[in-house]
Amino acid sequence: MTVAGVREAITRAHHEEWSRVVAALARRFGDLDVAEEAAAEAFAAAVERWPADGVPPSPGAWLATTAGRKAIDRVRRESKRADKQKEAQLLYDDDPAEPLGAIDDDRLRLIFTCCHPALAMESRVALTLRLVGGLTVAQIARAFLVRETAMGQRITRAKAKIKAARIPYRVPSAEDLPARVSGVLAVLFLVFNEGYLATGPDTDPVRPDLTAEAIRLGRLLRTFMPEDGEVAGLLALMLLTEARRTARVSAGGELVALDEQDRGAWDAALIAEGHQLVRERLAAAAAGAAPGRYQILAAINAVHTSARDVRDTDWSQVVALYDQLVRLDPSPVVALNRAIAVAELDGPEVALAAVNRLEPELAGYHAYHATRADLLRRLGRGRESRAAYDRAIELAGNTAETAALTRRRDRLR
Amino acid sequence: MQYLVSVIDDRTASATPDEMSAINAFNDRLVAEGHWVFAGGLASPGTATVIDNRGGEAMLTDGPFLESKEYLAGLWIIRAPDLDVALKLAAEGSKACNRKVEVRPFLGG
Repeated sequence: MTVAGVREAITRAHHEEWSRVVAALARRFGDLDVAEEAAAEAFAAAVERWPADGVPPSPGAWLATTAGRKAIDRVRRESKRADKQKEAQLLYDDDPAEPLGAIDDDRLRLIFTCCHPALAMESRVALTLRLVGGLTVAQIARAFLVRETAMGQRITRAKAKIKAARIPYRVPSAEDLPARVSGVLAVLFLVFNEGYLATGPDTDPVRPDLTAEAIRLGRLLRTFMPEDGEVAGLLALMLLTEARRTARVSAGGELVALDEQDRGAWDAALIAEGHQLVRERLAAAAAGAAPGRYQILAAINAVHTSARDVRDTDWSQVVALYDQLVRLDPSPVVALNRAIAVAELDGPEVALAAVNRLEPELAGYHAYHATRADLLRRLGRGRESRAAYDRAIELAGNTAETAALTRRRDRLR
Repeated sequence: MQYLVSVIDDRTASATPDEMSAINAFNDRLVAEGHWVFAGGLASPGTATVIDNRGGEAMLTDGPFLESKEYLAGLWIIRAPDLDVALKLAAEGSKACNRKVEVRPFLGG
């Protein structure tokens, strides 16, 4: 096998096997630290040995065996340091009475443990990317503009809490599952959004590594929970958003609004996959399953991605979906997005009145001012529009977004 | 595994009769289900005395070691197999005593 071929095999094994190896070790050894380090050592051994020995016929089995050996070595080394407690912990396993169901998988336990609600959101994100996603501490630190040492400490602290407080390595009971799944989805959505519209001025405006990782984890979650509507909904939402990624930033590094995007540049395969999921959820809704917020957001994106030209957009459908979303989530940000759709259906004047009502809650949010600016521009109120653009530019952190807002402002007469 | 469930208070009044009876019912349940280790309410922070004998001569200071708006008003020590069980119990404890609580594992518990 060529050098490139071996490297590709290692990358693929890392994508496919990392979380599986970590998760199995975590259950066997009852210790996330041991699991993480042994998995990392096994992949390091692969990088060293595969180019000379060749890629093993079953890379996953090779990695699992090697990692298992590394973990045993490590536990032995540590128990020699007069720590009998470690050996006792080896025997600690979760409730054996737990039924083996469709969603019984070590990786799923790992995801739920990393996303446990007793951990701070930023710790959940970091742990999930490290232990489930297999990103290095340096990569995660870069993604969130944190120093590597600080990110390392955050992950170490979270693992220490899991161990000391005994956060269980378990798929939650059926009664707790919906709330816990929504916690996992929140982590994935946060990772995706940070990639889709990076918040800081010192980072690339779009981070395809993060959006791709969130989608990969979303697909993984769906293989475990194919019946869960919100899991499907979030995956569809991410796919339909990701499909527009390349059309979203111009060659000059400006964010391109939905109505100005080159729709031919959208990724047809991702759209087809997203639409398939949305159709599946529409069928479930028709059968009486109430859709959650991710499913509704996915449906809105399905309407947008179904229109070959922005003028073909079914705005009444979009507004109807937003109405449904408002009932579920009456937050001002949802109301703002609804108003943007209302502008297309009932005109900018009606929309502006709705947007203005959100001022007390959204005065510090750049999208509020950007939306007002666009509506005021369409109403020919140039001076007010300019002031709103100024405020939006002041508040926006993303470089591509700032560039687009500046261009729109400077086009005003 | 044992957990300390601290009751965090920001009012000066002690538990009302309604709260007391809810706490008693919750305590009975802890005993019945094998989670009970200990529970107790504390007198107000103003009744505390800090003692420092690190220098060989016990220095006494009137009042709590930390003056704050929120203070420890009481505690449970519960036994639970893992944090999920402890958190569920603590949530019910919070409801019963009508105050915030903090859950913290004992070392090597």
